[in-house]
Amino acid sequence: MSAVAAPGSIAGGKPRRLWRNRIFKLGMLGCMFVAFGTLAVLLIDTLVTGWPALSKQLLTGLPSTVAEEAGARPAILATLYLGALVLFFSVPVGVLTAIYLEEYANRERWWNRMIEVNIQNLAAVPAIVYGILGLAFIVRGIGVGRVVLAGGLILTLVVLPTVVVASREAIRAVPDSIRQGAFALGATKWQVVWRQVLPASIPGIATGSILALSRAVGETAPLIMVGAITYVAFNPTLFGPYTALPVQIYNWTKQPDVDFQTLAAAGAIILLVIVLSMNAVAIFLRNRYRKQW
Amino acid sequence: MEAPRIDSGKIAEVSHGLERAEVESREKVFTVSDLGVAYSGNVALQDVNLEVHKNTVTAFIGPSGCGKSTFIRCFNRMNDLVPGAKVSGTVLYHGQDLYARDVDAVEIRRRIGMVFQKPNPFPKSIYDNVAFGPRVLGMGGSMDERVEQSLRQAALWDEVKDRLKDGALGLSGGQQQRLCIARALAVEPDVILMDEPASALDPISTTRIEDLMHELKRNYTIVIVTHNMQQAARVADMTAFFSVIVDDDGAGRRGILVEYDSTTKIFTTPSDKRTEDYVTGRFG
Repeated sequence: MSAVAAPGSIAGGKPRRLWRNRIFKLGMLGCMFVAFGTLAVLLIDTLVTGWPALSKQLLTGLPSTVAEEAGARPAILATLYLGALVLFFSVPVGVLTAIYLEEYANRERWWNRMIEVNIQNLAAVPAIVYGILGLAFIVRGIGVGRVVLAGGLILTLVVLPTVVVASREAIRAVPDSIRQGAFALGATKWQVVWRQVLPASIPGIATGSILALSRAVGETAPLIMVGAITYVAFNPTLFGPYTALPVQIYNWTKQPDVDFQTLAAAGAIILLVIVLSMNAVAIFLRNRYRKQW
Repeated sequence: MEAPRIDSGKIAEVSHGLERAEVESREKVFTVSDLGVAYSGNVALQDVNLEVHKNTVTAFIGPSGCGKSTFIRCFNRMNDLVPGAKVSGTVLYHGQDLYARDVDAVEIRRRIGMVFQKPNPFPKSIYDNVAFGPRVLGMGGSMDERVEQSLRQAALWDEVKDRLKDGALGLSGGQQQRLCIARALAVEPDVILMDEPASALDPISTTRIEDLMHELKRNYTIVIVTHNMQQAARVADMTAFFSVIVDDDGAGRRGILVEYDSTTKIFTTPSDKRTEDYVTGRFG
């Protein structure tokens, strides 16, 4: 029996690479805290400032020049209308575009490649540009006017590329073996797409669409461009003038009276609740219908 | 020429094969003449001539890249779905040209079913998987009966009858593959093409699929691609051996049909040296 050579001491000593390991980890933690810390401070500040002004009056009242009497009902309603319009227009158009690009378009044709590249680019165009386009083309060009419908159409333009990109990804995630299996049973292209590919990609499409919608609901700039006006003391209609919640908040912050600042914070809380609920629905859908291939 | 002598210890046992004369006395289902396939101008397979007969199992064997999977996809025009694929020559199905202008690939595929290498059940219930084909084809009759009958034929009914509404993706790999066979049977095809149907399965599941082929042969014509020679020997009546030829400059590789004969002949006294080398394990 020969003794095993005694191992050298493993305690003590901090080689440089271990320090580096540690510093890097701390650096990443720091970055995370900057990002989330800022967000947390903003949220808490908004909550603390706005909490006292959150009331039934704010939800159901009409705007007023007196802070204590001011409500945001027309703005909240218009925001919900805008959201519904965006869903109504952007989902069918976006999903059909995505199906065309993924399932039908021949990539060897230059125009299809051009469309692909430009959809990516459109998703990156600042919303204000769409606002200018909307003002010139939708509000004045085809004469829709400064109404809820025009706002919905412009926000649809803003989010459409995002809906297309998200839908394409969901469609692309459906394995080709599913298509082949369906074709091998004598299904037509239409049946393969409609009965297999689309149902399998609905969770992804729904998630992407809702996230795009929550972006649309928070947009201010394009709506200011196309005339979401400040003072609307009546419930909005599809073809009537309107204001939207982000625009209302923006206008309250411009008031000199401190009480209006509080109202703005309270309005921001309402907007946050709307947007976060949408995101929660998106997360729920994604987890509920996640597929294992 | 003397038949090549093969060390009998190395060859697979041919267990169920029919005699060539018996096979050839049956009705011709497919007649392939001068068939070639090219992908974007690169020839993958050329000069294939063979016949497939009714109620038999025909196996295609050969090394990787010999074009056997490409070939089986010519029978239901699955190559149509590959951009740039071009098929030359003719494939007659009961005397009609599959590639004639007025023939619709969708019509072909309802008569000539296919089972793929990797089980590919739809992300739906077991029932809906089997019912999908009859539904898209608008077939009449009782769907419940059709589903049950197809699952029974695929030897899966007893295992799934109490959970037809459960998702198909929860089944084991072997069960999934039998579900895919049931799905193909549900549209009452004439021919079933199987592209390496057991290559992703464990030995027990493989045996079940092979037993199934013996059963199905009574009512259907079966064409199978396999890289497992023992499997071909166990299930096939006729076997076609494909090989690869490399161009002189080494740039192009294409598949050719080397020998087509009864399985017994291919595995005991092949006429071609290349077949002999392959089935005895000296090559490939």
